Amino acid sequence: MREVYLDNSATTRPYPEVVKAVLAAMEDYYGNPSSLHRKGVEAGRAVARAREAVADSLGVEASNIIFTGAGSEAINLAVKGLQPGRKGKHVITTAVEHPAVLNACGQLRERGMEITVLPVNNVGMVDPEDLTRALREDTYLVSIMHVNNEVGAVQPLADISAVIKEFRGAGRKLFWHVDAVQAYGKLPLRPPELGIDLLSVSAHKVHGPKGVGALYAAPGTPLKPLVAGGGQEWGLRSGTENVPGIAGFGVAAGIIAREARETAPKLFNLKKKLVDGILAAVPGAVLNGPACREDEPGCAPQIANISFPGLRGEVLLHALEGRGVYVSTGSACSSRKKPGSHVLRAMGLAEQLVEGAVRFSISTLNTAAEIDYAVEVTAGVVHELRELYG
Amino acid sequence: MYNTYLIRYGEIGLKGKNRPQFERRLMENMRRALGKTGPARVERVYGRLVVESEAEPALVLDRLSKVFGIVGVSPALRLPLDMQAVSGGALQTLKDAAALVQLPPGTPLTFKVEARRSNKMFPLTSPEINGQIGGYLLENFPGLQVDVHKPIIKVNVEIREKNAFVYAADIPGAGGLPVGASGKALLLLSGGIDSPVAGWMAMKRGIEIEAVHFYSFPFTGEKSLEKVRDLCRILADYTSRVKLHVVHFTEIQKEIQKNCPEELRVTLMRRMMFRLAERIAGQQGALALVTGESVGQVASQTLESMRVINYVINIPVLRPLVGMDKAEIISRAQAIGTFATSVLPYEDCCTLFLPKHPATRPRPEQARQAEEALEVEELLAGALDRTAVEIIKS
Repeated sequence: MREVYLDNSATTRPYPEVVKAVLAAMEDYYGNPSSLHRKGVEAGRAVARAREAVADSLGVEASNIIFTGAGSEAINLAVKGLQPGRKGKHVITTAVEHPAVLNACGQLRERGMEITVLPVNNVGMVDPEDLTRALREDTYLVSIMHVNNEVGAVQPLADISAVIKEFRGAGRKLFWHVDAVQAYGKLPLRPPELGIDLLSVSAHKVHGPKGVGALYAAPGTPLKPLVAGGGQEWGLRSGTENVPGIAGFGVAAGIIAREARETAPKLFNLKKKLVDGILAAVPGAVLNGPACREDEPGCAPQIANISFPGLRGEVLLHALEGRGVYVSTGSACSSRKKPGSHVLRAMGLAEQLVEGAVRFSISTLNTAAEIDYAVEVTAGVVHELRELYG
Repeated sequence: MYNTYLIRYGEIGLKGKNRPQFERRLMENMRRALGKTGPARVERVYGRLVVESEAEPALVLDRLSKVFGIVGVSPALRLPLDMQAVSGGALQTLKDAAALVQLPPGTPLTFKVEARRSNKMFPLTSPEINGQIGGYLLENFPGLQVDVHKPIIKVNVEIREKNAFVYAADIPGAGGLPVGASGKALLLLSGGIDSPVAGWMAMKRGIEIEAVHFYSFPFTGEKSLEKVRDLCRILADYTSRVKLHVVHFTEIQKEIQKNCPEELRVTLMRRMMFRLAERIAGQQGALALVTGESVGQVASQTLESMRVINYVINIPVLRPLVGMDKAEIISRAQAIGTFATSVLPYEDCCTLFLPKHPATRPRPEQARQAEEALEVEELLAGALDRTAVEIIKS
């Protein structure tokens, strides 16, 4: 059976070069980077090369990159490891963040911090003016993501940056964390230009291996480690380095940096083909999130969240799976309770749209022919299911 | 540390001539349950079942708590034939047993010592042992009082040939009958809260369980099947393994959906499931079906529905939950350990196929007529053809 993988926001298939690098690192660089002998030094060099590559891909210094065990760990280190200072009591985030951010903020709340959650509009975008209004004298952290993982809304980081810079201009300390896990490798981003202090990325969303993430921390950002131990990663993330994973991450970072210019247009063309195809072929289908247009700044090039009213996303997912097309739903549906997607709910979508939502997420490894196939299969499957429920 | 466990097994003692067979089954089940705890001996000594194991007592007791047929377990100390050692052991067992009882404030803890001496070479008689140890315990356990008629704790001392055994606590077991002692039945396992509990209750009565699950991809996915396997794994803890039959049910659902009146869909689906289950039971030598139905829970569980559904088969259907309320079923599921898995949010049966107003009082004639639109035999044969069997171990 033909297989078309369109769940790239969940995880991606590693580049062949990444697989090779991971294998080679396991075979050749099995030393512990902390060891004093040659084996250790070689492994340490492999980690250093990868750190350079990841730093280059973000346009930052290698010494500002901390490798972690996952994107979620990078986020937790940023949100919970940041020292609030004497006055810091208040944190601002958004309703459409990844659970890693929302739940880390929940833990801050348990520690006595106050959390303000900014609302979003009906396409999942934050209004920078809401941020202006939410900022307080005791606000020490703002955590706003770049690209939302469920609907692909691109937050207006430039405008948000302006708000944050103005607030800081009055001599106040304020740190900004950006969850860039979905944006990384798809949209260009230079943290120092926008005044971003902390930025989280993950290797396996960019065709790297699972189990590796990285946090960019601007010089002077007061972080405390979550994991205590031998003091690896400048004491911010102890534990023997995942040398093969990090080496694989380095290779993936090198490739995405090299292809950075072509990636977004290529992804966007595939997404447009998919969205136009499905909306034309399936009566009643609705695109959730920002419109799929090149001149729409909120439109991420790789994520298309589409609702099929009257069907359940989960059933459609399995039916597509039956024809070799892999997608995802916001969350598993249940006959007992209906949690649905917190993102779609924050956007104020009607129950039917929340229930019938499916996320297609594209990578540069997908082809136009695959998209055609996915459109055809989706149209066919929706038609069959509707017949059945008639 | 406790290294000997005296097993009480009331009910199977009543089974007359079958007793040796029940005991063998129980011992076998105990050995299997203790398999992962390290070396353990399970023996019949002096008309009792005794487990000897050097493993951590909490672990042994946990494993034994999952063996049906055991009414109570007393962890015992095996000690040298020496009054000082026996007195010390008696004090320890008294303290441990006292920790298990809850007394209203102001109520004194009462006890008695009951010594039995089968080794007549031992220098003290049973009453002398009772006196010495009783005195020692009174001295060393503040607030303790003797009550020879109705003691809260009875400290047992057995003087045998080579060793003395001391025990006081009596920890309740799972009760019931040893699994396998009552033959085999086929459980209709959905993945919800009820059916695993029904399976557990059947097992408690000594029934060996095989499970059948009706899988309707794409309306349910691989994860929901994984959940059913997890439930089998939890049930297997009480018996060691469960054979799971996965029937691909989608075609039948689709045919019913297409050809039959909406309000009868659930009734007709259940009739097809019962027919399939009866056939699988026949192939596997299972003597009954077991379901998680409880009267009045949902539309398909009214007496009228049950009758119409039951109409198509001849094998007995056991419904152990019939007398239970939902709250009781849930608390039982929590105790067994299936609840957390059962409530994972994957569809157990596609609710999309559920009509808005299912018939709560279907008549057999209605169902029979509706089924005329279906190639029943062909559909059954097709589904049986697409049935896969898995062995799920604990």
